[in-house]
Amino acid sequence: MGPNGSGKSTLAQVLAGRETYEVTRGEVLYEGKNLLEMAPEERACEGVFMAFQYPVEIPGVSSAQFLKAALNAIRRARGLEELDAMEFLALVKQKFKVLGVDEKLLHRSVNEGFSGGEKKRNEIFQMALLEPRLCILDETDSGLDIDALKIVASGVNGLRSPGRAILVITHYQRLLNYIIPDYVHVLVDGRIVRSGGKELALELEEKGYALIEGGAGAAAPGRR
Amino acid sequence: MSTSTNAIEALVNREYKWGFVTEIEQDVAPPGLNEDTIRLISSKKNEPEWLLEWRLKAYRHWLTIKEPTWHNVHYPPIDYQGISYYAAPKKKELQSLDEVDPELLRTYEKLGIPLEEQKMLTGVAVDAVFDSVSVATTFKEKLAELGIIFCSFSEAAQEHQELVRKYLGSVVPYTDNFFATLNSAVFTDGSFCYIPKGVRCPMELSTYFRINAASTGQFERTLIVAEPGSHVSYLEGCTAPMRDENQLHAAVVELIAHDDARIKYSTIQNWYPGDKDGKGGIYNFVTKRGKCLGRNSHISWTQVETGSAITWKYPSCMLIGDNSVGEFYSVALTNNYQQADTGTKMIHVGKNTRSTIVSKGISAGHGQNTYRGGVKILKNATGARNYTQCDSLLIGDKCGAHTFPYIEVKNSTARMEHEASTSKIGDDQIFYCNQRGITKEDAVNLIVNGFCKEVFRELPMEFAVEAQKLLSVSLEGSVG
Repeated sequence: MGPNGSGKSTLAQVLAGRETYEVTRGEVLYEGKNLLEMAPEERACEGVFMAFQYPVEIPGVSSAQFLKAALNAIRRARGLEELDAMEFLALVKQKFKVLGVDEKLLHRSVNEGFSGGEKKRNEIFQMALLEPRLCILDETDSGLDIDALKIVASGVNGLRSPGRAILVITHYQRLLNYIIPDYVHVLVDGRIVRSGGKELALELEEKGYALIEGGAGAAAPGRR
Repeated sequence: MSTSTNAIEALVNREYKWGFVTEIEQDVAPPGLNEDTIRLISSKKNEPEWLLEWRLKAYRHWLTIKEPTWHNVHYPPIDYQGISYYAAPKKKELQSLDEVDPELLRTYEKLGIPLEEQKMLTGVAVDAVFDSVSVATTFKEKLAELGIIFCSFSEAAQEHQELVRKYLGSVVPYTDNFFATLNSAVFTDGSFCYIPKGVRCPMELSTYFRINAASTGQFERTLIVAEPGSHVSYLEGCTAPMRDENQLHAAVVELIAHDDARIKYSTIQNWYPGDKDGKGGIYNFVTKRGKCLGRNSHISWTQVETGSAITWKYPSCMLIGDNSVGEFYSVALTNNYQQADTGTKMIHVGKNTRSTIVSKGISAGHGQNTYRGGVKILKNATGARNYTQCDSLLIGDKCGAHTFPYIEVKNSTARMEHEASTSKIGDDQIFYCNQRGITKEDAVNLIVNGFCKEVFRELPMEFAVEAQKLLSVSLEGSVG
């Protein structure tokens, strides 16, 4: 969590490998490997998944083609057999059921003409299909009504497992009523200024970021 | 420069995969064009006198006309006297494929068209044009049983004179345009196809053209006649070896569909596009036209144009018979310094005639892509309808897309629709794909194939697969 402009989305984008950001120093170790040395698609194949704040529309490309290309790329990287069309469909249908996604989605162009809620739900669906080990949800709750929020949350909760880390970026404590976090970190001006359990989120809700920000300078001596 | 632009460029810059020259002794006429050249071609082909006369008339007309300049393509002046107008592999009498020069057969194998295998596996009859002379014709007997004639143009000019004489120039007259007129004078070979009344051709007919001899312009002539109630699907696919000089190519294709007949003509054009600096490449000036002569006749053009330095091509339909239908589905891709000026003309003459135009232009690198369309509804074409969809996709920021749609309506009952769009493959789209594990190249291919799918689904199955591969090869180096 963190106020506007604190660098939450930047962190997500840098982890995913967005090339518009230049990392000047440091390294990002993920399962013993430096993520920064990998192309975005290699990171994805290593199990890094980012649910986009603004999922991108790709007109003309059906979700089925897109998902199959993604799934098989990742399976190849993991040394698994690629799925043929029939196997792919069977798998997708099974995942659809779990998440309550309409099968018609497969024939629609990727995110094209999707409502805000549909786009976010589609991100979670892709996450379920690709089975990443590090999931980064970049403000997935923004713009969702309460019903959509519940659906997204239950999708995320269904994916929680000891072998999978989930980093949820949000402004609002509201989401955390549905996704109970193990840890809450507060990011201010590019640094984690406080960490705590789920009660930290409640405190933030009550007091706002200003208070925490005030104490942040002192708490972080290394700060510029 | 952003990474996705780099990736697009890297994709586009892959070398031409099919660039090689076959070493076979060639019988080449000296460069130059005059009446003697035409007499030489005609005598090499043992043509009847009337055909020679027709060629000469075309040549004399050609001398009086000028090369067009209205198109949106630019190239240095072509030296028509510097071109050799005839090249044939050294003549041999062939009884079977075993006697075909093994070097030639290997060429076909490199192109992925082993004749024997095709015979056995695909059921596609192949009239293979190697430069100017047809060297092998298969499935002829099977087609002959149905009365279908499928042979080289040279053979038709001798064996089926009456048909050739009746239809040659009936759709594209020798006076039609500069390049068609040149073709009429010097065409060397091509295909002839005749489907008798009521016959549905049981297989896809295909021709593979290949330009091989250095500096030899190739001038094919194709003529397809579909008698009442007949159906035929014709495939044409091409690749050419890599070389530096520009090679001129000016083909003419004429289609005639009588009452209730249906002709489907599909092309994949993959001639050498020149290198990444725009050096070399084929100049492709083609005149293709179909005449829907009969009631309820139907002509459908589908083309995937990825090759050539210059593509100048407007497969068109003259919708003369009442209720006749014309279709044009096109994907044109220009990369590096390629230029394409392509589109169609739909001339509505008969009542209730319908036409559909779907054009997809893709520009990458410094490529320039022009759609040029003409839809004409003449006075008596009551109830005519046209639907035009014209989309452009840009990859990178140095390419261009241009659209020149001309619409002329002389009958107030006509219904016209025109849709157009221009889009660009965005960095955000590529990144989104990357984040799902898809490489830049694959992402571009996915997007491009999605963009083209309305055209690809008009292609015969095996061609559709080939077309997809071709697009991805042609775009190699375009993503940067």
